[in-house]
Amino acid sequence: MEIPISYETLRVLWWGLLGVLLIGFAATDGFDFGVAGLLPFVAKTDAERRVAINTVGPTWEGNQVWFILGGGAIFAAWPMVYAVSFSGLYLAMFVLLAALILRPVGFKYRSKREDKRWRAMWDWALFTGGFVPALLFGVAVGNVLVGVPFRLDENLRAFWEGSFFDLLNPFAILCGLLSVTMMGLHGAAWLSMKAEYGPVRDRARTLAPVFAIASIVLFAGGGLAMAYGPYGFAQVGEVDPAGPSNPLRTETVAAAGAWLANYASHPWMILAPVLGFGGAFAALIGLRLNSESITFIGSKLSTFGIISTAGLSMFPFILPSSLDPNSSLTVWNSSSSQLTLFIMLIVTAIFLPIILAYTAWAFKVMWGRVTTEDVTSGGDYY
Amino acid sequence: MIDMEVADLSRWQFALTAMYHFLFVPLTLGLAFMLAIMESVYVMTGRQVWKDMTKFWGALFGINFALGVSTGITMEFQFGMNWSYYSHYVGDVFGAPLAIEGLMAFFLEATLVGLFFFGWDRMSKQAHLAVTWFMALGTNLSALWILIANGWMQNPVGSQFNPETMRMEVTDFMAVLFNPVAQAKFVHTVAAGYVTGALFVLAISAWFLLQRRHRGFAKRSMTVAAAFGLMGSLSVVVLGDESGYALTHNQRMKLAALEAMWETHEAPAPLTLVGFPDVENQTTHFAVDVPWVLGLIATRSLDSEVEGILPLVAIAETRVENGILAYDALQRLRADETDTEARAQFEETKFDLGYALLLTRYIADPREATPDQIRQAAFDTIPDVPVMFWSFRFMAGIGFYMILLFGTAFVLCTLRRHETRWFLWVALISLPLPWVAAELGWLLAEYGRQPWIIEGMLPTFMGVSSLNATQIWMTIAGFTALYGALAVIEVMLMLHFIRKGPYAGKGGDAARRPTHKPAASDGGMAPVPAE
Repeated sequence: MEIPISYETLRVLWWGLLGVLLIGFAATDGFDFGVAGLLPFVAKTDAERRVAINTVGPTWEGNQVWFILGGGAIFAAWPMVYAVSFSGLYLAMFVLLAALILRPVGFKYRSKREDKRWRAMWDWALFTGGFVPALLFGVAVGNVLVGVPFRLDENLRAFWEGSFFDLLNPFAILCGLLSVTMMGLHGAAWLSMKAEYGPVRDRARTLAPVFAIASIVLFAGGGLAMAYGPYGFAQVGEVDPAGPSNPLRTETVAAAGAWLANYASHPWMILAPVLGFGGAFAALIGLRLNSESITFIGSKLSTFGIISTAGLSMFPFILPSSLDPNSSLTVWNSSSSQLTLFIMLIVTAIFLPIILAYTAWAFKVMWGRVTTEDVTSGGDYY
Repeated sequence: MIDMEVADLSRWQFALTAMYHFLFVPLTLGLAFMLAIMESVYVMTGRQVWKDMTKFWGALFGINFALGVSTGITMEFQFGMNWSYYSHYVGDVFGAPLAIEGLMAFFLEATLVGLFFFGWDRMSKQAHLAVTWFMALGTNLSALWILIANGWMQNPVGSQFNPETMRMEVTDFMAVLFNPVAQAKFVHTVAAGYVTGALFVLAISAWFLLQRRHRGFAKRSMTVAAAFGLMGSLSVVVLGDESGYALTHNQRMKLAALEAMWETHEAPAPLTLVGFPDVENQTTHFAVDVPWVLGLIATRSLDSEVEGILPLVAIAETRVENGILAYDALQRLRADETDTEARAQFEETKFDLGYALLLTRYIADPREATPDQIRQAAFDTIPDVPVMFWSFRFMAGIGFYMILLFGTAFVLCTLRRHETRWFLWVALISLPLPWVAAELGWLLAEYGRQPWIIEGMLPTFMGVSSLNATQIWMTIAGFTALYGALAVIEVMLMLHFIRKGPYAGKGGDAARRPTHKPAASDGGMAPVPAE
């Protein structure tokens, strides 16, 4: 069969789709993580906690699929990236999984019994399930920007040198905190829109500006580190964008400051960091103007901008190697075959709009503030 | 060379997490459709008891679903974590159905499950019913795509090895989609799920009836379970037979092993009912044979042979030798891509490359293998015969027992003799059996495929990540602790809900005290007898 789209185009499209999935995840499940992480701070009594939990109750499950689909899509479109990163970040992935396993169970089981200790236990599980993944996602992205310590042998088997604690370098921690404040802002913006007028909403609105300002500061700090720190990689010589997916065929070197080079050659990319800052400012303005939709949309745009910034800065790199730069994985050397990318593109083109349609419908059906009366009247609430 | 301890530990962890995950999946598959059926009756008749049924079984569905989803996250990520080389080697083929599962099925299921629980008062009855049906459809579609992925591991069609990228790549996606093994496995697996869901409802209804609680509710539930379970149990056996037919074409070794058939028997082959497989002497003691049956099941004819283990080992030995040629050609190609002779040799032998990789367990370069090592590698293609043999017999035995059980239930429900007490006891104590059968089925499918992770293409031990044993011990310990605690909590919560019964918190809770009033609740409305 003749494939009607070139390999190069398909690779760029799938790089973009990977971004769409990550942003879809952060922009939807992000506020679920935020709400779960904020639980002990915005809700003190049992009724308050149930109000907070039920603002995401009917929709978190669908939102979580963005993450699972992200995993599946990386596997299908960027198998080498999936193979190297997940095995290399082994123990971190386990901690992430453990936290993510606690979350669904926490949502579903918490309010099924009256027992106080039972509920307190699940509140902790939910907090862990919200905070830990938010932190780890950022730490992971931070490490990718720094470069991760792996090499590929001639059979393309990956070897990783470095321990769990090496992941906790200062730049990665900065990114982890940014991810926490970003999702914290998102969660607070959501609560402000979905929780009844009362203490939960008030506390969320008090915390929101803290997260917004912290996001701005941390994001700026990340940018300065990019500009002046020893970060960045560059490919040497001719690279065939339609070549076989074999990283060992390209030569790569570490090049400090290279992550900013894309902005010089493609000035439109500057839009991404502008959105990252602008969205957070808009959220602040929304809070001042008492407009919940401006706050929420601002927070979404900020998330979109921040994640895009990380992706665009590295293009065409996806997973650079600090140990052996030549093993680095890029858009041009680590994708699936042209046929697989094409088939997956067709499937995505058909199903993504359908998903967006029924997701929007689900949010619409469940629209409206959650009240104390709702959750205590014994209905179908968590 | 690969550290075999890492390979073994990775296999243990996968077995542990996958089998645990599959404790929840079949119940989700079966209950989802039963909820849709119950709610359909509610929408058609408008009788409240059917809504109560949907909500009560729905609550138990939700408790189960939470763990199904949680443990499913592990499945999606541990290919990359523990089976990194596998993920690289086959991601081009195997990743696609997993991603499509998310796009087509899991998104639907997960989005609608929220509306199923929270949407009762926010949409019309008909819209909610549609939500429930689409949720059920989503769960089943999800199984379809997972089994297309798994079916490809059993029968890797539509793909070939690409020396430039050192991995398997798709050549014919339709072949992967319509893989006969995947199709047979899908229907067999979902039918097993229907049986599990049906027996869950049947057994708990039986328990209510034994206690003379919620009788109208329990009798109706029992009727739905009996009909659905009879349909499911008949399908699971008939479609299991279809799996057997697919095996003869694609996995002859697995079939021979689960029958402990050492030599090729002249057609039509007998089916060994029971016996004691003796691996050392390559024979089966005290075998009780039923003539012709295996030949009929496996080949659908009286004159085709079913091949035995030892002749298949001989075939494997020539494939190992052929694979060494492929390996040699591959090395030459990698040194010089323009070597046309090497390319021709590779094209001719590439489908046996995996057999040469079996040797890497014994020697770094398969080209230097001794004849003994080649013979050893060929013998490695025999799975664990006694385990296969007995797993199959227990699984199939449970399958037939389920037909009997649901057949009886169906007759009793038709005769309106729901409260036949001996049968209620039988139904209750049979509750664990579908889970046992499902786990044994996966044991046959996965353990029976050994030594391959991709049948004939990639040995299991080669698929692992470059981890050390300590790391995997840590995660095995972590998963065991986490999963163990969650299992206890889940069962406690289920029992809590079942004890409270369907009318807890609605004023008419008859849970505490058994009543002897005859069928007071049969009218349909909730509060059963006066308390």
